[in-house]
Amino acid sequence: MLNLLSIITFLPAIAALIGAVFLHGEDENTQRQAKLLALFATGATFLISLILLFEFNPADTGFQFVEQRDWILGLKYSLGVDGISVLFVMLTTFLMPITIGACWGVKTRVKEYMIAFLLLETLMIGVFVSLDLVLFYLFFEAGLIPMFLIIGIWGGQNRIYAAFKFFLYTFIGSVLMLVAMIYMYLQAGTTDIPTLLAFEFDAGPISLLGWQIAGGAQTLMFLAFFASFAVKMPMWPVHTWLPDAHVQAPTAGSVVLAAVLLKMGGYGFLRFSLPMFPVASDLLAPLVLWMSAIAIVYASLVALVQSDMKKLVAYSSVAHMGFVTMGIFAANQQGLDGAIFQMISHGFVSGALFLAVGVVYDRIHTRDIDAYGGLVNRMPVYAAVFMLFSMANVGLPGTSGFVGEFLTFMAVFQVNTWVAAVAATGVIFSACYGLWLYRRVVFGQLVKDSLKQITDLDMREKLMFAPLVAMTLLLGVYPSLITDLIGPSTSALVTQYNAANGIDPAARVVVHTPTDAANEAASHAAPSH
Amino acid sequence: MTSVDLSIALPEILLSLWAMVALMAGAYFGKDRLAQALTWATVAVFILLAVLIGVQEPVSQSAFGGLFVEDAFARFAKMAILLAAAAVLVMGMDYLERTKMMKFEYPILVSLATVGMMVMVSAQDLITLYMGLELQSLALYVLAAFRRDSAKATEAGLKYFVLGALASGLLLYGASLVYGYSGTTRFEGIASVVHGDHLPVGLLMGLAFMLAGLAFKISAVPFHMWTPDVYEGSPTPVTAFFATAPKVAAMGLLARLVFDGFGQAPGDWGQILGFLAGASMVVGAIGALGQRNLKRLMAYSSISHMGFALLGLTAGTEAGVKATLLYMAIYVTMSVGVFAFMLTMRREGRPVQSIDDLNLLSKAQPVQALALLVLMFSLAGVPPLIGFWAKFAVLAAVIGSGYVVLAVIGVIASVIGAFYYLRIVYFMYFGTEIDPLDDDGAPAQRWLTLAAAAVTVLGVINLFGIEGAAAVAAQALVN
Repeated sequence: MLNLLSIITFLPAIAALIGAVFLHGEDENTQRQAKLLALFATGATFLISLILLFEFNPADTGFQFVEQRDWILGLKYSLGVDGISVLFVMLTTFLMPITIGACWGVKTRVKEYMIAFLLLETLMIGVFVSLDLVLFYLFFEAGLIPMFLIIGIWGGQNRIYAAFKFFLYTFIGSVLMLVAMIYMYLQAGTTDIPTLLAFEFDAGPISLLGWQIAGGAQTLMFLAFFASFAVKMPMWPVHTWLPDAHVQAPTAGSVVLAAVLLKMGGYGFLRFSLPMFPVASDLLAPLVLWMSAIAIVYASLVALVQSDMKKLVAYSSVAHMGFVTMGIFAANQQGLDGAIFQMISHGFVSGALFLAVGVVYDRIHTRDIDAYGGLVNRMPVYAAVFMLFSMANVGLPGTSGFVGEFLTFMAVFQVNTWVAAVAATGVIFSACYGLWLYRRVVFGQLVKDSLKQITDLDMREKLMFAPLVAMTLLLGVYPSLITDLIGPSTSALVTQYNAANGIDPAARVVVHTPTDAANEAASHAAPSH
Repeated sequence: MTSVDLSIALPEILLSLWAMVALMAGAYFGKDRLAQALTWATVAVFILLAVLIGVQEPVSQSAFGGLFVEDAFARFAKMAILLAAAAVLVMGMDYLERTKMMKFEYPILVSLATVGMMVMVSAQDLITLYMGLELQSLALYVLAAFRRDSAKATEAGLKYFVLGALASGLLLYGASLVYGYSGTTRFEGIASVVHGDHLPVGLLMGLAFMLAGLAFKISAVPFHMWTPDVYEGSPTPVTAFFATAPKVAAMGLLARLVFDGFGQAPGDWGQILGFLAGASMVVGAIGALGQRNLKRLMAYSSISHMGFALLGLTAGTEAGVKATLLYMAIYVTMSVGVFAFMLTMRREGRPVQSIDDLNLLSKAQPVQALALLVLMFSLAGVPPLIGFWAKFAVLAAVIGSGYVVLAVIGVIASVIGAFYYLRIVYFMYFGTEIDPLDDDGAPAQRWLTLAAAAVTVLGVINLFGIEGAAAVAAQALVN
């Protein structure tokens, strides 16, 4: 089908335009129409994107559904997907109708709210399908505008601080990336991503202000991109904007932020950092691995002491993103598969957890954990749903959370055992805060007066959770759904990465486990494909 | 060949004649009763001249023995100047009527300043340069003090005049040095005495003084001090004028001087311009942080934007000139939109100009607030709005010439700048409830704001084709 990607990308924006032009007023009827329009548009986008999924050929490691047109300033409007990006497109289109469902209770400026989300969907999909560096940057940055407004207009008490922090943090990361992008453009003479993927950027050491920089230009460009993606991800120590943004954002905003916007960082690492700057990636991988390990442990510990439910889930997101960066920079097949799997799974699980927090927040209007307790008595369905997602968050086998964590551990164990060991303690902590949160909110006696009349999930909320429950369990028991799709693309990426670094994959298996026994164990673990 | 010469300078001559006719008409028939009609007529003349220039044959020709040139670069700059001046006249009228400042001299002074600007961008000689610059400046001094009975406006006019005169002095001193060391006032002649890719010390000194003088006119740091005060003190329509057309003209003149006169030594003046650019971007961004008056804020914002525009010239390449031209065109579009909105800001009939007055504008005037939001994000350089493309073009040019550090300074300054643009959005959308601004009248201003916002958004498709025109103009200047 011609222009399929353009249609998927811009359908929500067109719906937003229709809403902006034809819907006026603040009365109930208009509000309802705005919501229905948004639901219809996101639903239609999802259905059309299913065509993309079915027509997609996983065996082909190149870009598919490519569209290309001339554009301004010598750039090209060029779209396409490969095994890595197609999943993120699906994740976005799958989650957006649910997100719109989560906004059903909003009463102020409903039309604008819907328009903001529709525009955001266009921009998010655009990030994943862009095949031009500057087009990517455009979508990547433009997403800040609707998110800034969503947090700032519809957010909580301290929303203004959070909105500014979110915007400026992300903006400063990205502008450095822009400088690096322009440099790449001038080096390679093009902004076409497929061409750049094949281009070998100079990695000879250069000297800057008297310092010898190993990896040369690649290292500098890597760091510029890293500034952007690490903030977006977010990685420790630049994660502090995320808890603020999450706590202040409205429920739907948190869902989108956790489920899709954070994934842009991981996608960026996979699409740019690893394949375009392989030498620098290899050079700096230990640093990133340790940062990830610290993120996992530190964020889990911080999550443990939170009294605000959303903040707790936000810190758990930081920890889970640590697994993603760990997997990516282990730079082997399991690592990349695991990282992507973890991102997709986290999209469902953390999205669902924020929805779950939103459900009780809508009823009691507080996110304070101490204000709850004993919900299972009045909300059995909610308790079951919350249980499932808490377990998935902890990484219980049988849920999607397990697969990603397991794969990334396996990957990093082959590269750096110590990092794996440190990160593994994080898993224990994650069980602590996850289960403790669940116990304090759901179990116990229902003693608080404010909770006496609380009602269980209604039909709309059940419909919102149902697809997420299904996906979490399905991916948990049948992970090949995803790994088969991404396998060829990730293995091509690993091959390219190893070739650029002159690494013999067989020799790479063991770095820090010199004994034969460990050697044996690692090589047994390796052939999962 | 006088007739050929005259036909080349026809737009300038026509505009001068129009200014005289209008002056006569105003003086003899009823004075200020004609003011509105004269203003509309001047707008029509500006647009007609812009069209006339636009349809001219795309050739380069010089007149008056090489003192004056008409090429693609001049045409691009002149069209930008004329259209900006026309837009400013249209949007100022309602404000001037309400504040009882609608005098017939206003369109005439604007016309004369515009003639000066057109001469500036066509200058091929130090004398032409100075003539154009002074014609422009003298008209602008009067405009700054246009509200005679206001102490602030008088102060602004005086400050502008004194500092402007100082700048002109510096410029003249530099010009005399250049003349002394090259033996000619013609750009061509100056270029011919430069051998190799470095300037002799005398010429370099002369150039440095001239650049200092011109930096005053584009309000580049460290010659920017007058800008916030003059912007604040002048009547808002005049401020809008200061922020748009004269900036294009001065930037065009600067480009003319460095490329036509000293084109062989881009490394020498690149350093000076690079410093001006870097300092302007940073000081403009930081200076605006504390401002609560919209006009002062826009003054610092314009300082910062001039820094970015200078980046393109710093690059010293054709791509750089093209980027600067694009930047100026885009900057003028955005400024017109913002100032058009500021001219509608009234509460109970009295003009207001504090950013606190924008509190929850999104409730009272949702469409205008949305337009202003778009313009603010564009000024901050957030894609996909055209403000981003302007920045992208200059950054690409300057990185292409190896000034990577300057580019990094620029992007960091743009993040600092983003804060105060966002703050305006914050007041409009997340602010507290106050008495809403008046939302009656002033349809022309409202439409201009909307049009500017629409251009800002739709520009992402193809930049309305000005990219090609800018490329041709840059080629004409550099080669």
